[in-house]
Amino acid sequence: MSNLDNLESDLLAAIDGAETETALEDVRVHALGKKGRISEQMKTLGKMTPEERQVMGPALNGLKAKITDAISARKDILAEAALEQRLASETVDVTLPLRPSPAETGRIHPVSQVIDELTAIFADMGFSIAEGPDIETDELNFTALNFPEGHPAREMHDTFFFNEKEDGERLLLRTHTSPVQIRTMRTQEPPIRVIIPGRTYRCDSDQTHTPMFHQVEGLVIDKESHFGHLKWVLQEFCKSFFEVDDIKMRFRPSFFPFTEPSMEVDIQCDRSGGEVKIGQGDDWLEILGCGMVHPNVIRNCGLDPDVYQGFAWGMGIDRIAMLKYGMPDLRAFFDADVRWIQHYGFRPLDLPTLFGGLSN
Amino acid sequence: MKFTLSWLKEHLDTDASLEEIVERLTMIGLEVEEVTNRADRLKPFKIAKVLEAEQHPNADRLRVLKVDTGQGEPVQIVCGAPNARAGLVGVLGKPGDHIPGLDITLSVGKIRDVESFGMMCSERELELSDEHDGIIDLPEDAPVGVDFAKWAGLDEPVIEIGLTPNRPDCTGVYGIARDLAAAGLGKLKERSHEQIRGNYPCPVSVSLDFGDTRPMCKAFGLRMVKGIKNGPSPKWLQDRLTAIGLRPINILVDITNYLTFDQGRPLHVFDADKVHGNLVVRRGRAGEGIDGLNGKSYELDDTVCAIADDNGIESLGGILGGEPSGCTEDTVNVLIESALWEEDDIAATGRKLGVNTDARYRFERGVDPDYMMPGLEYATRLVLDLCGGEPSETTQAGRVPDSSNIIDFPYQEIRRLSGVEVSQAEANLTLKSLGFWISGSGDTVKVAAPSWRPDIEGKADLVEEVVRILGLDRVPLTPLPRTGTVGQKVLTTGQIRRNRTRRALAARGFNEAVTWSFISKPQAELFGGGNTALELANPISPEMSDMRPSLLPGLLSAAQRNADRGFGDVALFEVGQVFQDDSPEGQKMVAAGVRRGTAKLQGASRHWSGSSTGVDVYDAKADAEAALAAIGAPVEKLQVHTDAPGTFHPGRSGCLKLGPKNALAVFGEIHPRTLADLDLEGPLVAFEIYLDALPQPKTKGGRSKGALNASHLMPVRRDFAFLVGKDVKAEVLLKAARGAEKTLIADVTLFDIYVGQGVPDDQKSVAIDVLLQPRQKTLTDEEIDAVAKKIIANVEKATGGTLRG
Repeated sequence: MSNLDNLESDLLAAIDGAETETALEDVRVHALGKKGRISEQMKTLGKMTPEERQVMGPALNGLKAKITDAISARKDILAEAALEQRLASETVDVTLPLRPSPAETGRIHPVSQVIDELTAIFADMGFSIAEGPDIETDELNFTALNFPEGHPAREMHDTFFFNEKEDGERLLLRTHTSPVQIRTMRTQEPPIRVIIPGRTYRCDSDQTHTPMFHQVEGLVIDKESHFGHLKWVLQEFCKSFFEVDDIKMRFRPSFFPFTEPSMEVDIQCDRSGGEVKIGQGDDWLEILGCGMVHPNVIRNCGLDPDVYQGFAWGMGIDRIAMLKYGMPDLRAFFDADVRWIQHYGFRPLDLPTLFGGLSN
Repeated sequence: MKFTLSWLKEHLDTDASLEEIVERLTMIGLEVEEVTNRADRLKPFKIAKVLEAEQHPNADRLRVLKVDTGQGEPVQIVCGAPNARAGLVGVLGKPGDHIPGLDITLSVGKIRDVESFGMMCSERELELSDEHDGIIDLPEDAPVGVDFAKWAGLDEPVIEIGLTPNRPDCTGVYGIARDLAAAGLGKLKERSHEQIRGNYPCPVSVSLDFGDTRPMCKAFGLRMVKGIKNGPSPKWLQDRLTAIGLRPINILVDITNYLTFDQGRPLHVFDADKVHGNLVVRRGRAGEGIDGLNGKSYELDDTVCAIADDNGIESLGGILGGEPSGCTEDTVNVLIESALWEEDDIAATGRKLGVNTDARYRFERGVDPDYMMPGLEYATRLVLDLCGGEPSETTQAGRVPDSSNIIDFPYQEIRRLSGVEVSQAEANLTLKSLGFWISGSGDTVKVAAPSWRPDIEGKADLVEEVVRILGLDRVPLTPLPRTGTVGQKVLTTGQIRRNRTRRALAARGFNEAVTWSFISKPQAELFGGGNTALELANPISPEMSDMRPSLLPGLLSAAQRNADRGFGDVALFEVGQVFQDDSPEGQKMVAAGVRRGTAKLQGASRHWSGSSTGVDVYDAKADAEAALAAIGAPVEKLQVHTDAPGTFHPGRSGCLKLGPKNALAVFGEIHPRTLADLDLEGPLVAFEIYLDALPQPKTKGGRSKGALNASHLMPVRRDFAFLVGKDVKAEVLLKAARGAEKTLIADVTLFDIYVGQGVPDDQKSVAIDVLLQPRQKTLTDEEIDAVAKKIIANVEKATGGTLRG
């Protein structure tokens, strides 16, 4: 039996000493191969007496099983070590910075984003979006809106005009989005609820004025909408747009040719900290003009002002964008400086909704 | 419009505080822009007396003064004013005091080796007037040591309101008082002007002579006062005028200015001894001119209304008096004019000549016609009281027009338009307190507007008056009823396309720009525009003269601006309008983008993971196709043509068309000549998408996407390489391969193009990967070979090429 004990310890030592899978295989062949040392011993069983065989048989089989297990265990260890080594060799520097995806670097201009915000708010109140051309007639930009002849706005210093045509007509760049009110009332049966965002133009260029800017206008025409509704619509709009729970508003009588009565609206703000905060403090900030649509305007659209009534309001999109998002200078809106767009712009997937919040 | 609190209280009996008055003014539509008090910044300044004035030892023009400040020792002051003299009582600023007119804070100074402990101030230095010829010279009895501002009556709030153009009645303090009284803030002290009896007929007559042209003057009242004594106005009158920034001149002139602001009634005074013959009000004539009281000269023509005498033009009617017949301190006989002018003519003349006066401001808005003669009486009263003299009878030319306007007013209109419940009694009281007359009874009454309210036209105006005075805050918030459904789709196809394009392009790394709708003429011409119909008659600058025919000039310039600031790798886009002609239909919606430098989709400039190369035509094509896909264009069906406009590189640009004629987009590298013309540096690639050119989507049918037809059989891939001529377009080859066996070929990908060794010079090797998707059963080798043969045959036939062995 001591032979077998020696064999076992020899083989186990060889297995432990095998440093590679190849060496281990050599050990396996040496032990268990056809001519391996255990196999050779197995062959001797046939020549043994039954008694000897009864002893040696289980002993050899036991040895074979033990060696097989040892080889298998060693194999696992070697495989594990090989994997460890491979993994170690495959290590990379994960602190290396990567290129941002284009969806992260692209930006939507604040004017577009604010128009989407306005759309989300007013669509919820049943308004749709009306639009009209930038190049307008004098009739739609002024006359139909009850601007008297000789009104200063009709002169060259306020309005961009095109050259007079042979038939005497002189087109202009709309000075406000209000001509779309006329276009809407003339083509659409009341009840009407529209907002009208768009580009507008005036001959003006200084710190706070640009020759092109954006306005949004609202119009409601039906048989019962009155100033109380207008107040509610504007209050709800301001709360929703500026994303505050409550906001104090002040309606002051004012004058516009196309509304009667006419009002200007101030909202509560706080100027103490250097930047304007909406919806807090006890200062006032003028934000929009509004009023009941003037009977002459309703009449000019072919409707009877004793039957139909309604209200309109208008404000600067660029201006409310500045108030909400803090841009200090209107002129930068139109300069296309990528640093400005990156800073004040919005991510392409940040679509404003009422259910998810207008901004994040 | 500016006035002081005490001036207001002259017409309004009220206990209200300044704050209450300011708040109420704003809330009734007379928006307070500013309340100032000049005493606030003049607080430190005290009245002081010069005791001695010695010549400065080292300077001819300076004097060294000993000044009594009213307390302690006299102080030493170096002064350069020519009127500095012993005995002068003036205003002293001490070290530490801020001089508003100079915006400096005084300190102890040494002027040519003599110490100076303050400064005797001029009117300009205290912002009281432009006077700077000498230091302030007060009456000898002015109390030394007392607060100057308080003593001078400057310690008073000055209220400035921003008047809307419809309220000429509030160009006078009296009208403002009337509004406040109606709003419950006190009682209006009713004005009444006695009719002054003249002792003799007015020796100068006046006539309106417009021949057969449209009259520019409605009526003209005139009176002489002879034997008057003109001179500086009394202090109360000077104080009123200076408080609102007017400079007192002499009593006669000051009276006209006073009535302008007190009653909103501008007047004019002529020195009767400088008027030759009678006055004629008529159109000006070419060649005539006038030297105005403002020190400027004006040329006249027949659009300008003038008052003339035998000598020529004496006044621009309703706007500006002439210097030669103006009143001076020596005037003895005065002619007082109170007239009514055509509002539009005043506005047009004022604009044309560039004259802004307080008279023009009022006449172009419309002064109270019924106050023309009472205003003349009031002015006469003041002249008699302050200058004495003997009045003539009044004379009048023309006729004061009847301004009455009677409106049928159903009380229900208040509720209908404003949504607030107002009792008839309350409405009546409000209207009456504003000067309206009401007659009749019942639910509808007749209301007449007062002569000073030319803005009142119909019942909506009456609603405004009632609600404005009672307070807009009384109107309850009323929710706008919902339309009875959940929210509907409110955007049009065009609006949806713009939104999708915008976000699709931003998701490709573009920054959205908003550039001007107008560009320079050369730029417009370069991009196919520039016709005269789209040219502004009054552009703000030559760079903004023509409506843009394309978004590209604006974006290309913007890219260059960024490059000039050091940011050359930019991707910019814009979605906006372009103009083909001046009709509404000629305005089209376009999306356009430019990439500059190395601003490719995967990122710009150098990077360890792979540096970006210069942008090329394929970047622009990918952008155009992505944007088109986002708006639902059938990108796989579009034809790629090579007829892009001449602003693009002819060999590196294309046009995406739906059918042979309908171009949806152009893309490409910018032509080197375009770059040179616009002074740009490349590489620059661009695309432009015509959002309106894509047909409207079909609205019929449901929203179902149909069943997914995914085969359970394994697809098979086969590669082919062809040798084709260098000019063969990839699209031709791909189309031939795809068409070989449509039911089996699911996809064809072009994965390699090779020219060089092993390929003849005039050829290229094009390799494609064909994906075969069996539907019924697994393909046999024979079937695959058969498809392969068809593909080879089709491609060889279409391209004239051969399979590469």
